[in-house]
Amino acid sequence: MTNPYLPYEAEVIERIQESPTLFTLRLRFTDPSVHDAYRFAPGQFNMLYLYGVGEVPISIVSDPIDEQILDHTIRSVGRVTRGLSDLQAGDRIGVRGPYGRGWPLTVAEQRDVVVVTGGLGCAPVVSVINYIMRRRERFGTVNIVQGVKHADDFIWRERYEQWQQAPDTKVLIAADLGMPLWPWHVGHVTDLFDELQFDRERVIVMMCGPEGMMRVVVNHMQAQGVGDDDLWLSMERNMQCAVGHCGHCQYGDKFICKDGPVFCYRDIRNLFGVKGF
Amino acid sequence: MTDAVQYLERDGLQDLIQGLQKAGYHCVGPQIRDGAIVYDSISHVDQLPRGYSDHQSPGQYRLQQDDNPRCFAWANGPQAIKPYVFAAEETLWRSLRDTAGELQFTEHVVDVGPLAIIGVRACDLAALYLQDKHFLHAEPRDPGYLARRQQLLLVAVNCTHPAATCFCASTGDGPRATYGYDIVLSELDAGYLIEGRSQQGLTLLAGLPTRPATQGQLEQGDEESHQAVAQQTRRLPGHNLKQALFANLNHARWEEVAKRCLSCGNCTAVCPTCFCHAEQDRPALDGTSSDHVRQWDSCFTQGHSYIHGFTLRANTAQRYRQWLTHKLGSWHDQYGRSGCVGCGRCISWCPVGIDLTEEAAAICGDGEP
Repeated sequence: MTNPYLPYEAEVIERIQESPTLFTLRLRFTDPSVHDAYRFAPGQFNMLYLYGVGEVPISIVSDPIDEQILDHTIRSVGRVTRGLSDLQAGDRIGVRGPYGRGWPLTVAEQRDVVVVTGGLGCAPVVSVINYIMRRRERFGTVNIVQGVKHADDFIWRERYEQWQQAPDTKVLIAADLGMPLWPWHVGHVTDLFDELQFDRERVIVMMCGPEGMMRVVVNHMQAQGVGDDDLWLSMERNMQCAVGHCGHCQYGDKFICKDGPVFCYRDIRNLFGVKGF
Repeated sequence: MTDAVQYLERDGLQDLIQGLQKAGYHCVGPQIRDGAIVYDSISHVDQLPRGYSDHQSPGQYRLQQDDNPRCFAWANGPQAIKPYVFAAEETLWRSLRDTAGELQFTEHVVDVGPLAIIGVRACDLAALYLQDKHFLHAEPRDPGYLARRQQLLLVAVNCTHPAATCFCASTGDGPRATYGYDIVLSELDAGYLIEGRSQQGLTLLAGLPTRPATQGQLEQGDEESHQAVAQQTRRLPGHNLKQALFANLNHARWEEVAKRCLSCGNCTAVCPTCFCHAEQDRPALDGTSSDHVRQWDSCFTQGHSYIHGFTLRANTAQRYRQWLTHKLGSWHDQYGRSGCVGCGRCISWCPVGIDLTEEAAAICGDGEP
């Protein structure tokens, strides 16, 4: 049997500084057969290993049909991510994955879509937005809502501007703190909810970001008459093994790494927002 | 006839140890170390804790020796058989780095020979069943656990001397072993009732100087099991407490128990079903390799719920609640039963004597849905 914990070597093809604390590593497995066999779904994550330091779970930003390179956008915040941020093109790391369940893309077909993200929460959904944009005709109205604390934290401006050009697509951006020439809203992302365009009978909402923000989105959508089955969230917890063994991401009867990270709100509503779980 | 209950004289246990060794097994059995019963390598029955009994109460574990001729007249020690399948520390893999910075990952293969554990309790067999479910019955299977588990032969001994902290009768896991063993013994004053279950167990049994047990011996064995049930004073409600626990997430008792709880993690270290483990890297000093190692972890540590810059369960009340709601509640959904097998270790080895059965009762009442 293959060892589920064993990483494969990957090469950093490019390192992009996205903001003062955010960077993207573009990776390729050094063994072409590993790279060719690798498949993932939007919303899944990989474990990235920095030699001699350790592993971190990082969501995959790339488009699943891009066979060339795996992108991971990372905030430099802990021991491993600070080390990863020092890497340059040509450096080697370990990668294992993909892990977890991604976004419900088949469920979403033919429906209106609302994607709400906060902070770096946008990373796990960029691939789902790309997925939808490439198959735009299969989906109804698309709303992309992104909130950041500071205008500085807003990355991938061109992508959002490009998405805004797509038919029947609304892009709403808010920063708690603006800056000169900031063209979007200053204030909470929730201020923009009245501008959303969707049919509550056929909408699916996907959200990712701080739990406080997702709570507000859930409340708002419920007040609009959207059912719990149509609300989907990407959750985060400490993860060390990524295969449901180490126990750190335990969330009631769920393992976030394995049963999630993307959950239907119906399945986690009893515990969602309870401090300490 | 080997399928009927046999009787083995006390000295015959040495034949069992030798039979196991001959069949290629390394034998492990209960012994005394640092004032407690632990499992360790054994080659002779003289190493067994003959005449010892254990006295356990909340926060207390003491051994006492008298002229009792028995070797298994005690309930349990701090260590279950968990370390023999889910090792307290295990290397998962190693990375090698060459001078060009290229990495190579090599698997760490757990290579253990056949192991026989003598003196396994029913509660620990129930715990093993649960750990099997966690590590083996869901994909992916854990290779280290599997390698150890496949090599294991278990000689159970029915418990006749439950401690005051025991409540296996209420969880349905003891004091008699009913599954998961190869051979089971019931200790009487002069010898053992012995039964084989697996093919290996029956084969070993056939080589022992046994004779059919008498009606009187069988009745004595049954009577001692009944008494072992009757002696137990602690209990957990036998039904699923999940609803009752999750309906009481804001119960004042969580804060109250947190004032006593040291958040030391002893309960999780002695619990035979706890499976949490942390992973860390250990680079070699010469910089050419690094071992990726896992170690038992506890949901009572600060690091357990750390996530990008903050600790999710910052206080003890939240940690105790996480432990109890998982152990007695969420396990039902994850593994089809409670995560508690009634061994009582978390009560005895808690430095401040917190009693899980008492806390559960305070929070859930009798937990009737």
